[in-house]
Amino acid sequence: MDELFEPVVIGFTCNWCSYRAADLAGTARIKYPPNIRLIRLMCSGRLDPTFVLKALAGGADGVLISGCHPGECHYLEQNYKVLRRFLLLRRVLTQLGIEPQRVKLVWASAAEGVRLAQEITIMVEEIRALGPLNWPAADTSIRTESPVVSSESLEIKEGIA
Amino acid sequence: MKQLKGQSGQERVGVYVCHCGSNIAGVVDVQQVAEWAAERLERRGVVIARDYRFMCSSLGQELIEKDIKELGLTRIVVAACSPHLHEQTFRIACQRAGLNPYLCELVSIREQNSWVHEDKNAATEKAKAIVSGGVERVLWHEPLEPLHVPIHPATLVVGGGIAGIQAALEIADAGFPVYLVEREPSIGGHMAQFDKTFPTLDCAACILTPRMVSVGTHPHITMLTWSEVTDVQGYVGNFTVTVRKKARYIKTDLCTGCGICQEKCPKKVLDEDFEAGLGYRKAIYTPFPQAVPKYPVIDGSNCTYFQKGTCRACEKFCPTGAIDFEQQDELLTLQVGNIILATGFDLLDARRIAQYGYGRLANVFTSLEFERLSNAAGPTDGNIVLRDGVTTPRTVGIIHCAGSRDRNFNNYCSAICCMQSLKFAHLVKERTGATVYNFYIDIRTPAKAYDEFYQRVLEEGTIFVRGRVAEVTDAARLPGEENRLIIQVEDTLAGLQRRIPVDMVILSVSLQPRWDAKEVAKRFGISCSSDGWIIEKHPKLDPIATMTEGVFAVGCAQGPKDIPSSVAQGAAAAARVLARIQQQEIALEPVRASVEESRCSGCRICNNLCPFNAILFHEDRMVSEINAALCQGCGTCVAACPAGAISGTVFSNEQILSQIEGLLLLNQSEPTQAEMVTA
Ligand SMILES: Cc1cc2nc3c(=O)[nH]c(=O)nc-3n(C[C@H](O)[C@H](O)[C@H](O)COP(=O)(O)OP(=O)(O)OC[C@H]3O[C@@H](n4cnc5c(N)ncnc54)[C@H](O)[C@@H]3O)c2cc1C
Ligand code: SF4
Ligand code: SF4
Ligand code: FES
Repeated sequence: MDELFEPVVIGFTCNWCSYRAADLAGTARIKYPPNIRLIRLMCSGRLDPTFVLKALAGGADGVLISGCHPGECHYLEQNYKVLRRFLLLRRVLTQLGIEPQRVKLVWASAAEGVRLAQEITIMVEEIRALGPLNWPAADTSIRTESPVVSSESLEIKEGIA
Repeated sequence: MKQLKGQSGQERVGVYVCHCGSNIAGVVDVQQVAEWAAERLERRGVVIARDYRFMCSSLGQELIEKDIKELGLTRIVVAACSPHLHEQTFRIACQRAGLNPYLCELVSIREQNSWVHEDKNAATEKAKAIVSGGVERVLWHEPLEPLHVPIHPATLVVGGGIAGIQAALEIADAGFPVYLVEREPSIGGHMAQFDKTFPTLDCAACILTPRMVSVGTHPHITMLTWSEVTDVQGYVGNFTVTVRKKARYIKTDLCTGCGICQEKCPKKVLDEDFEAGLGYRKAIYTPFPQAVPKYPVIDGSNCTYFQKGTCRACEKFCPTGAIDFEQQDELLTLQVGNIILATGFDLLDARRIAQYGYGRLANVFTSLEFERLSNAAGPTDGNIVLRDGVTTPRTVGIIHCAGSRDRNFNNYCSAICCMQSLKFAHLVKERTGATVYNFYIDIRTPAKAYDEFYQRVLEEGTIFVRGRVAEVTDAARLPGEENRLIIQVEDTLAGLQRRIPVDMVILSVSLQPRWDAKEVAKRFGISCSSDGWIIEKHPKLDPIATMTEGVFAVGCAQGPKDIPSSVAQGAAAAARVLARIQQQEIALEPVRASVEESRCSGCRICNNLCPFNAILFHEDRMVSEINAALCQGCGTCVAACPAGAISGTVFSNEQILSQIEGLLLLNQSEPTQAEMVTA
């Protein structure tokens, strides 16, 4: 029998709420699958769709984006901006033939360690069910300067900002 | 083009993997992670990788310092706990060794790895990926200097309970201006309602009123009662706060506080706030005789003149002509450097605990009602009597934890109810000689002199029944129960169900966050826990600060606590604020965005994205520029600029993209490709 597929998920969290939710999940010893690797941004609004495409192109099977709840962003309203980008990004991913479920947006307040852990668990299982992404472009040579997806990401940005 | 990073021995990276005792090492094979980093990341510039029991200890820090000096390290990666705990620790260690502190990266393999995963192999592999991400990221770090922000010397204190009073006095006594905003007509908070305070049974008014008076007369305190903060703008050091000063309908410069108006006012109003619904006040009133300030307010929704157009009795009788029916709400704008929130707590609405019958059974009282009943200045002059106002109870049942430690209401322990219930038991016995039953789940008396007080109440003959009361009812079933309240409880020590008839029941109702706590927190840019208490920066090491620089939370606004702890927190926050005022500035993380003019196409996409209006557009040159003093570094504009003209320090594109590569271990294979790191 095949070994269980272990997806790799990159998670983007904001410094003020969702990263602290992850810290809280840790302090409370809440368990979730080790398939996720987190990156801290100051705010979810810092999320450039290129980061998501970069992660997927570089071998991640899914990307979690997490920020403060609407109305609770430390920078007032920047999470609404990532929401817009996220919705457009999902459209672009669909056009590229990538299951949109691979990219997920989750709001988590600094008190919601349990919730974040649950969302991670659910997401890892969903992606496990989808199987590996195997982005055709997945190639270790994709470096900072040469995002294969630059033209798309440009369009995305102009469309939303 | 920038220099190639991590190539040809340019950068020398040190990697330090912490065991954190067994906290990390119990799950992650830390030695394997360090060995892996030394071997597999050598080409990425790693010249040394160590594992050590406690990196944050002075020995751990010295290890880093020694390596920086002896091995000429230029970048440091520490894999340990969350950067929110120890980022500063390791930055300072680097600084001591002569390395710019911002060339250090702390990655979390504890909160986000060893504490949340059980599979040791998977956790070890994840730790390697996390270290690899940190190494790639740190290669792009730049030497930075902290930003220095000037601190406005004035402070805003919100809430004039004992916690806020303490904070205001400490700061004002040091000679700095304080604005104390209180939404009720007088300061004092809950403590002003009490008769005696545990465990020493000091008279609450005797210890509180002098402080209230000090606040009222202090040359450095501007007291704004009957006022609320409606808007907060700006950041630590320089907040602009809008306060709505509600119309009092009193010319305070003329009012002497003689009280004639209150005597003459024909309109009696049930006082649901200060008297907890047990007493009456007038439509023009001060909540209690020792109120500070002494000026009354007219409660427009109950005033006969405002409602019906005639009366003005107070105006006729006021000897100084201080009544002014034309007064309007005023909006004040204040500049302050720091903000202390001391908004306190509410009590759970006891009606919600239907089985205890409050609101349905006349002689079930709440804790605050009992405080007013037992208060010599209260509606019964301190006589503890039943709802009829005359009958002294012969038997009293006090129910602890009413709505606390109960998943149907509040899960947490309200911290003060045991002591408060013991205080009630003592007062009932002392004043009425009644038989007193206390129904408890556990007795919690942990502070100084608290357990001694419990012993004293035990010796006085109060009967303690261990068990959560199931029901309070007036349905008599047995002889002796007629016309009484029956407490149905499982006595878990005796192991039997009991029905205990009493004349009066007092509910030690759960403390809970202010009804508007979430809204208030949002206004001040801070967060509340799921229960609704303000979240502190660190539960142990920084219980008075919040995640937002310059905003502090003290007293019961942060969680249930007694008066000594509320006072201690008020004083602690004041000390923190004073230190900053005296320094005249605060150092902040240099996380800021800036536009590289030559790359800006002038598209103006970024212009409307900044919530702080930090981005201005130069029509003449057709380029955007970011005002570093206004930018808060969220990075939204950085992400949005299609020309890549905006860069953000500490979270640059290169830093994040490289971290992604590192986390995905893209730095492991294809060595020739991997060397083409350019930007
Ligand atoms: C029945 C009872 C008996 C107690 N007995 C004792 C005792 O004997 N000994 C003891 O140590 N502790 C006792 N406590 C606990 C004690 O009440 C608290 O520790 C103390 O009152 C906390 O003070 P505080 O300033 O944090 O809050 P509070 O006393 O609640 O004061 C908060 C103040 O902020 C104001 N405010 C709220 N929101 C706003 C806003 N948005 N804008 C402006 N102002 C606002 C309120 O009007 C209030 O004046 C008792 C508690 C209860 C319920
Ligand atoms: S988004 Fe970029 S290119 Fe457009 S105006 Fe702003 S800085 Fe210039
Ligand atoms: S980083 Fe955020 S705060 Fe700074 S200029 Fe850009 S949008 Fe404004
Ligand atoms: S700070 Fe959390 S989403 Fe903006």
